[in-house]
Order: sequence, then C-alpha cells, then structure tokens
Amino acid sequence: MADRYWTVCIRPRDARFDGTGGSVLADVHQLGLPHVEGVRCQRLYFLKGAIDHRRLTELAASLLADPVTESFDVLEGLDRRRESAPSVEVHYQPGVMDPVALTTLRTLRRALAARGEDANAVEDVRTGRRFAMTGARSRDELVHIARRLLANECIERAYVRGMGGDDPLPDRFPQPPQYTFALRHVLLRDLDDAGLTKLSREGHLFLSLDEMRAIQAHYSALKREPTDIELETLAQTWSEHCVHKTLKSAIDYEGDDFGRPGRVRVRFDNLLKDTIVRATRDTGRDWCLSVFVDNAGVIAFDDDYGVAFKVETHNHPSAIEPYGGAATGIGGCIRDIMGCGLGARPIASTDVFCLAPPDYPAERLPTGVLHPRRVLKGVVAGVRDYGNRMGIPTVNGAIHFDPRYLANPLVFCGCVGLIPRNRIEKSARPGDFVVVAGGRTGRDGIHGATFSSAELETTHVDEFSHAVQIGNAVEEKKVLDALLRARDAEGGCLYSAVTDCGAGGLSSAVGEMGAELGAEVDLEKVPLKYSGLRYDEIWISEAQERMVFAVPPRQIERFLSIFAEEEVEAAVIGRFTGDGRLRVRYDGHGVGDLDVHFLHEGLPRMKRRATWSASKPGEPSIATESGDLRENADPQRTQRAPRAQSEQKEQPGLGVGRATPAEGSPPNADAADGLRERLLAELRSLNVASKEWVIRQYDHEVQGRSVVKPLCGPGFGPSDAAVLRPRLDSLRAVALGCGLCPQASDRDPYWMAVLAVDEALRNVICVGADPRHTAILDNFCWPKCDNELALGTLVRACRGAADAAIALGLPFISGKDSLSNEFSMDPQEAKRLGLPQRLAIPPTLLISAISVLVDARRCVTMDLKSPGNVIALASAPVDSRGFEAALSMHQRVASLIAAGRIRGAHDVSDGGLLVALAEMSIASGLGLEIHVKESAWSAALFAPAATSYLLEMTAADAAAAELPVLGQVTDSPHLKLTGASGEPCAWSIHELASAWRAPLDGMG
Amino acid sequence: MATVKVLVVRAPGTNCDEETMHGWRLAGAVPTLVHLERWIERPSLLRDYVILTFPGGFSYGDDIAAGKVFAAGLSGFLLDEVRALIERGGGVLGICNGLQVLVKAGLLPGGSIPQRAVTVTHNASGKFEARWVRMKVCRADCPYLAGNAYTEMPVEHGEGRVVTDSDATLAQLESAGHVALRYVHPAGEAAAYPANPNGSFNDIAGLCDPTGRVMGLMPHPDRHLDPTNHPLWTRRPPTDVADGLRFFKNAVRYWT
Repeated sequence: MADRYWTVCIRPRDARFDGTGGSVLADVHQLGLPHVEGVRCQRLYFLKGAIDHRRLTELAASLLADPVTESFDVLEGLDRRRESAPSVEVHYQPGVMDPVALTTLRTLRRALAARGEDANAVEDVRTGRRFAMTGARSRDELVHIARRLLANECIERAYVRGMGGDDPLPDRFPQPPQYTFALRHVLLRDLDDAGLTKLSREGHLFLSLDEMRAIQAHYSALKREPTDIELETLAQTWSEHCVHKTLKSAIDYEGDDFGRPGRVRVRFDNLLKDTIVRATRDTGRDWCLSVFVDNAGVIAFDDDYGVAFKVETHNHPSAIEPYGGAATGIGGCIRDIMGCGLGARPIASTDVFCLAPPDYPAERLPTGVLHPRRVLKGVVAGVRDYGNRMGIPTVNGAIHFDPRYLANPLVFCGCVGLIPRNRIEKSARPGDFVVVAGGRTGRDGIHGATFSSAELETTHVDEFSHAVQIGNAVEEKKVLDALLRARDAEGGCLYSAVTDCGAGGLSSAVGEMGAELGAEVDLEKVPLKYSGLRYDEIWISEAQERMVFAVPPRQIERFLSIFAEEEVEAAVIGRFTGDGRLRVRYDGHGVGDLDVHFLHEGLPRMKRRATWSASKPGEPSIATESGDLRENADPQRTQRAPRAQSEQKEQPGLGVGRATPAEGSPPNADAADGLRERLLAELRSLNVASKEWVIRQYDHEVQGRSVVKPLCGPGFGPSDAAVLRPRLDSLRAVALGCGLCPQASDRDPYWMAVLAVDEALRNVICVGADPRHTAILDNFCWPKCDNELALGTLVRACRGAADAAIALGLPFISGKDSLSNEFSMDPQEAKRLGLPQRLAIPPTLLISAISVLVDARRCVTMDLKSPGNVIALASAPVDSRGFEAALSMHQRVASLIAAGRIRGAHDVSDGGLLVALAEMSIASGLGLEIHVKESAWSAALFAPAATSYLLEMTAADAAAAELPVLGQVTDSPHLKLTGASGEPCAWSIHELASAWRAPLDGMG
Repeated sequence: MATVKVLVVRAPGTNCDEETMHGWRLAGAVPTLVHLERWIERPSLLRDYVILTFPGGFSYGDDIAAGKVFAAGLSGFLLDEVRALIERGGGVLGICNGLQVLVKAGLLPGGSIPQRAVTVTHNASGKFEARWVRMKVCRADCPYLAGNAYTEMPVEHGEGRVVTDSDATLAQLESAGHVALRYVHPAGEAAAYPANPNGSFNDIAGLCDPTGRVMGLMPHPDRHLDPTNHPLWTRRPPTDVADGLRFFKNAVRYWT
C-alpha cells in the first residue's frame, strides 16, 4: 500500500494574532520593498500515516490549533495546496533537527493511544511555515525575500509559489539512505609532501604538513595504513579547537618591549604556560579550586559550594547560520558547565557579540557572507530561544560593532554553574561503562572542530553546511534534570566521570575521558536519528545535547532508570579498559585501534618566531590617557589626547558604516556647539547606544537569583556588571562583568589586553566586587597567525593580559581561543567591492570576570540616587610606569563601596567621561551639573580610559576620601557642563535618552 | 498550626520549579516536586495536598503552542483529581507557563465561560519580552492577593497575551470576576505598551475562577521573593518586603 500523507495548515484568524507576519513584513520593508502590503504566517504540519481525515481533524482542533486565535484545514497529501496569494513555503532540509516535529509526533501518538487507538496511525511528522504575501511585484521579489529573510539554505529549503510558477513541493518524506558496512583505509604511507597537504585539505583534516608527517611516520612504523576513523580521530584531537597548539607553541619573540619603551628578545617555551597560566600561579589565590584542567574553571563560593565559569566561542557556525550557531554555542557552553567536575548546575549565561554594523551597504556584501543585520537578529534570537528555554538567565554581555567583523562575526557564550565542593573531582575507572545520554546522533555538525580551526572561504557555506546544527534546548534541560538527580543520588554520585559531547563528538569525548585508561566502543549501539550513518560519521558527529558518562557496573541500573524517568535516552556503548588503547568497533568489526599515548602526546610541538613593532613609535598608547579627564589635568596633555581609533591601513574600503561615527568629526571640537553635537553623536554610535532591544529579549531573572540587572534605574541605564545570588538561601552573591577593547589592538595588542583586563575588573568593582576575590577568563579571537607579525600580536596580547592580571591580582581560571578568523575571497570580487582579498578581524580579547561578594545588600548600581550628592572622579594612569597606581585606585574604590560610602558607581569606557555621565543621568532621570575648565572641552572628554570611575557620594564622603569632585547631582532634568566663565553647555535628559536609544530600537 | 502541603508539578522544560518551591518554603508551606508522568502513573497522589502549583518554564519547549502539550497530559489523565481538589476547597496556582497550562486545559477561567473562548497567545509585539510590571489587584478576596492594592513582579514570556473569542466573553470575564490582576502604568494611568507588555485584552495579567482559589498569572511572584530582586532596590530604603513572597504567604495563611 502506498504511504498516506496529510497536511494540516494552521493560520491566524486575523492580523491581530499574527505577530510573526507583522515582524516579517517590517523586515521586508527594511529590505527595500516598501510596496509589499501584507505577510500572513501559517504553520504547517506534515504527517505520514494511516490516520483518517475525521480523526486527524479532531486531533488538530484539540492539540494543534488554538481555538480562539487560529483556524485550520486538513488536506490529504503533501503538495496539493492552492494559495490565492503568492507565497513562500519553508521546510527543513532532510536530517535537520526539528524539535517541534518530534514533540508533535509524540503528542499525537499519545492522544491516539489514550483513546485506545493505534498510535502507529501517525508514523512520522515534519513541519514547515508558509508566508503568504500581498503586494509583491514579481516572482523575483519573492525569491529575494525567501533567500534574504525567510530561509537559510544551509538548513532549510524555500518553495516559491505563485506569480508565474510554482516550485514543485515534495510529495513524500525524504528516505534516509541505507548503509552497508565497508571498512575504509586511507592510503597515506606512500604520499609525498604535496600528497599529504592535499589529503589534509580535501579530507577536511586541516592538519599542517608537520602533523601529517608525524602521522605518516607513526603508521609507517606500525606497517599499516590508518583507517578513516583513526585519521579523523587524530585530526579532531589535534585540531586547534581542541588543543590550542598555537598558544602552546614555543615562540622566539623579537620586537617592541612589553609596556615599556625599547626592544626586547624573549623566548617562550610555551606561550600559554609562560603568560596566562603563570599569572594564575603567581597570583596564588587559594580560592581557585580547579583551573585549566576541566571543562570550566572553578573558584570557591562558600564552604559548601564552588562556582564554575566557562566562556566559549561559536564563530564559524554563527557566520553561516546565525540562529543555529548562536543557539548551539550557548547550548555547548551550558554542557561544559554540566560536564564540569561531576556536574554543575547552570545559574547564569553571558553573551558577547562582535559584528559589523547592521547598516552595512547590502550591495557591498561578498558572496557567501550574510548581512550583519541578519546576523545580529539571528544570534540574538538564537541565544534568546536556547537560553530562555533552558531556564538559565542571560545576565551580562556586550556588543561591539566594527566593519572588520563582516565575514567573521564573533559569538562568545558564557555560562556560570554552582557545584558542590565534593563534586569537583572526577575520573573514569577501568571497567566503567561508557554511556552516551541525551539527543540521538545524526549526520549533523560533522567536522565542526576542524572547521572551526580553518579560515572561512566563499565556498564554505556549501561545503560545511553540515557543520551547523539546530539546538533542542528542552532535550538539554532533560539531560540536566537527569544528571543532577544522578549526581545527588542517595548514597553518592552514580557515575565516576562525565564530559560533554561537543566538538569532535564521541571521538573527542570518549578519547578525552579515556586519555589515561583507553576504552572500547561499539558504534552500532549509539542511538541514531535515522539509518544510513557510516561508522565514522557516528564517531565524529557533533549532534547536540549529548553527554558521555563513565558509570560503574554496580550503579548502571539506577543510572539508567533515572534517565528513563526523565525521558532521556541513555545507551551503554562500551567500557573504559585500562590498557591504553582506544578501540572502536562496528557490528563486531574492528574499525579503529589507536594508542592513546600517541593520540594525546604525539602532536609535534610547534616552534615559531614572532615579531612586532608599533606603527607609530613614540605615540602614547591608549592606556596612558586615563588621567586626562580630571579637572586638574594638564591642558597641554589633554589637547594632544588622540582618540582610540582604528587605523585600518590594510583594510581599504572598510570605513563604510563605521561603528563610531564621531571619528569623522573635526579634531577640534572645543566649542560648546561642537561638544553638544559630539555627545549626541557618541550616544547614537552603535558601540555606546542602548542595547535594551537585545536585553529585553533575554530572560535575565529566571531562577530568581537576580540582584543587579543589566538595565539600571527607572531610565534603564547600562549596568556595569550583573549580580546574582547562586544560593537562594544565602545573601552571598557573584558579580559577572567583561572587558573588550578590540579597537585598541590597532595601536598595540599589548595595551588592548591590559585595557580588557582593567575594564573587566572595573565593571565588577562598580557593583561592589572585591578585587581580591575576583577571577578572570580569557577568550582570544584572532586572525590567522600564519606569519611572524601576526603571531607577534598574539604574543603581545598574552603578555599584556598576564602582566595586568599579575599586577592586579586576578587569576585566570579558564580560557579558549579561536585563531582563524579571516575570510578569503576571489580577487575579482574583492576589487569590485573595494574590499581586501583577505578580510581579517582585529585581534580581539574578551576578558570575563567573576567575583564573589559576601553580602548582596552592599551592591551599588550606576543610576544617580539623590540630588545634592556629588560626582567624584577616581582614576589612575595605566602606562609604562606600571600598574601600582591603578591597583591602589581599584582597591580604594572597592573599599569605599564596601564601607557604604558610594551611592552610585559607573565605569568610564566606550565614549569616555561625558557619555558615562550622560548614562548615569539617563538611568535615573536626575540631572548633573559638571564643572570642567573650557580648555578641557575637547575630544578628551570622549576618550575611553583605563582605571577610571565616576562615583556618586555625599560631599562630606568625597572630601573625606580626598577625591576630585566634578560636580553635583541635581533635580533638574538636564546634564549641564560649566566652565570657569561663559555659557554652559547643556542637554536635556530627554534628548540624551532619545539619541542613546535610537540606533537599536528600530531593529524590530 | 496545620501544615500546608503543596504539590508542584514539573514536565520536561519546566524551569521555575526551584524558585517556586523556595517561595512556598519561605512562606511556611511544605512543597513536594513531582514529574507530570509520575503523577499520571498515580493520579490519586494529589489527595494528600491542599494546593497544586504549575510553575513557569517552557514545558515541552513551547512546541506547538505554550502549555499545550502539558495541558493535553493534564486534561487527558488528571482532570477529575484536580476538580476534586477544587471542590474540597483546595487551591490551584499557575505561574507563567502554569497559566498557559490552566487555560489550555480548561481549568481557567472556569465558571460559566465556555472552555474554548479564552486563550493565552503570542505577545502582540511578536517577541519574547522581559520587564517589571505593576499590577492592580482586582480580586482582593483571592487567597493569594489579600492586603495588596498593587503588586510588582517581572514578566518574562513570549506568549502571555490573554485574548477572548468575542467582546461578549471579555465582558463576561469582567462581570463574573475572573480578572484577578490587571497591568497598570506606574503613574496610575491606563496601561498601554510597555506597561501592558503583551497586548492582553483589558490589560489582564492574571485570571481566576469564580471562587478565586484557582488562579493563574503571567508575572512571576517566584522572582520577587527577596527585596534585592526588585529592580529599584538600590534606590530605596532597606525593606523586608517582597511582593512575590507576600503572595505565597497570603496563600499559606488562607489555607492554614
């Protein structure tokens, strides 16, 4: 009998109930098609099964459609729809995760079973969406809308219907291919260098020639060829993504000294160990409980608990599919926390994006690059939908705009977890079962680890579309529920180790857990989404929402029954052995047999040379400008204060749509009029403007721990950091902040890194953190480090970060790098678009800070509190003279806050002093009267500064603290700047707020 | 003093169970957390409890529509037990996703309002939104709301818009006392967006049945259990009062 198919088509009863249609219409208008009159969005459910029309209609009415807001039709077949209006229909590509379809299938079957009917009357479900359009002028317009807004061809397929042609709809569900086992070897022993290089590229291994030679030598000694799965396992394990081989390489550096004038030669045996790791050792903080060894770093929270923090990047997938890339990015970082120690409970997420400005001209977009506006909307929606569904508040973040992120947007996802101190240690034992739990394995995300270690190219959109995956947050939430029950089981934890299954899939997870012991795995036991997967695909698939556990045989029954109760599939797929071999079988056939020692230690160490010189020797670095803004600053010095602006000499044409428009204004902005306009322009610049549009889409209060939120005061000003209480029964709290200053890389990556560390610390201090109980994390996102100069920028940033961390007493507890953020394109196209052939991001270091606070009630926020209070400036220079002054100023501010002397505190960062003052006014609705000599009414008022705080205090407290006072809080709704004589320069808070909110409010 | 026993029900994707349990505990009740499937296996277990609570979250990922799949489980297997609890004077509380479940299972608004005449649907803005709201208490006799004229809590949802099939149903909701809480502008004027964050008809933030003992609301009392949860706490004199905790305490006082 032929398969029977049905389509249930659900539509809003009227436009009032079609929010999606309304927002798509706004996007269509934004796309430059204002004549399109209407978009109606419909939901489609496709069913396969013997169910009859009457029964399906009943089920649709009770389960699928809303009785008040929706109406529906049930049609037989998949392709018999007739639309009066032209439309675009969007389906998932075969094999792409479709959580709604899974839930719908289960719900319909259960409803049938509950009535005593045959649940198999519904065999399978797929879903789709249809957008009916009115007012489009041509079929080409529909195709354009479909491509640019509605479907991402790497995971979806769009069918354009009407206006002179119907794309034929599929009339049946895709059939997964069948698979017949055949063991495959890769012939590599006889290859020459050219052959090895070709194999590395064409096999998507992304290994260097040296590494390929090491593998060749290993197999020559074994007198056999590697199987495909062995080679894949080596490539995954040796990928930059997994082992950070550049950061760990030995480097001879010769170039400018670090933070001092002069030249220097330095030998690093291992760059990471000699800088970042050394900082952790030298700061000697005994509250660091687990650093650099696990999925996340852990610091002490109280006597019973630690807090774990991890920040990951998910850049390449987000460039290709922003929604899925960002969602699975946050999903992966959450799993890192779940897989930290024996499992931590995620309590907060952070997210930071670096993107090109959303108003970048569409006609100058290179082939294969998504428009930054679409990237922005996609990544925000991805974090929103995954984080919110997981029930983890997204509490802190940043967005930095620079056109150099056009082809390589950066997506940083962080997660904080609460972990009992007796659950931090883990280790698999010989005889433990290897158990994979969570989502099923499909052909998704294959080659993610190696892909993320590669430079993006135009063709990668097609070649690596399978490296992207759609997340299913509820699956991960179920895994979390089960994991915490098994962790906290009566009598002790039911497993001896756990790790997340992320980049590299089972190959990395099992390989890592069995790094000491060895393991044997039977791949046919891995639960699959569909048939047809080859054994090597099962091994390296990066399907989401999976964790790997080591479970002792005596606990396996209880373990499996908890997972079954939580509706999580868990399968025993092998054992940890203890013989040092990683053995992989499929249906009893040996398909891989690796020596774990070679796997984990065989990677040849890189020896590299690096160099760097300032492009403009003698010019003061950005970090020395901090003192310029004080009222008593030397006017001579203030006058020559340069703005921290990008030089971008090697980046022709990228000046379009700059994120900081004020850079184009005349250097001499002394006049009050100039100053007035300049402040409004700064507030309107994307890097300063309100991010409220993003923040309100994230649930930042779920779990009920929130103390300081991302938006402060009745005017919703920008908080410096987030504060939450990890234990609902305690007033102890953690503060989370971040520092990010990529624009400073153009002058010197050393100072960029120093500034990022300083900014992260300032942010948490502003809410009440103690610098002596603050830890930091590093995330390096770099262009390719394939030459001495490029590597020199990395060396300088590592040294800058380490110098600042050591001086300020901040241990690094975890870190990650992503070092191939470049995009290469066809020279002809580059010329036509006026872009460089290689688009590289600015060297970007994100520093995330976490600090433990003893009493949440001592926190302060950045909004002004009371008229009559004064604003004091606390600042110190950070420059070649060292960090002593900065350290002492950070500590002074922290002590003043701890002593209750500060009513409001805000950090001077992007946009400088005047912007920070304006933000404090906007947040509170209260005014300020600020006194600064006219001679200092200059660009210096807008320069970002290190170690610089604005503090609201009583006049008496400010005097006692001996801090310079800039002015006072007033109840007039104005920010007023007065000099020694003459007319003041004034702004109403309303105009400041309007300018500040304008840029992103219209994102829709 | 009698113990107030509360059954808190979770499903895959429920994610506010911990803070909801904490709220009940702080208020002096004794809450028990149960998975929906365990309850379906033994429906009678509800008979040991006085209050039934459906916490917030994204049960079943909000797939199909928010609360729909949870509601299907509830109405398919458990409705008789829930009705018996209500008849013996017990309480039912749904927060956020819990309100969506109660409406879609037909437990709210109840009374003489036809079952499929009211729903909770996508925000008028078309997107998820987080913000604090101020609400006017319209049913002071509702056990959860005693003693408050106004109350402040956060909303964090994408599908919180209460709508009716007709103006007549809406009028009936009002006249029969089903509107428990209404969004109001902080300054007291009628609520337009964003004071009404989702476009709910008549600014409805919470619904109850005619007895007032079955109640559901979109805002989260479970996120305002401590004074430092309030967004403006750093601007105000120290206090011990948190509107959300008072909500749970009211219920415990009523059922003690």
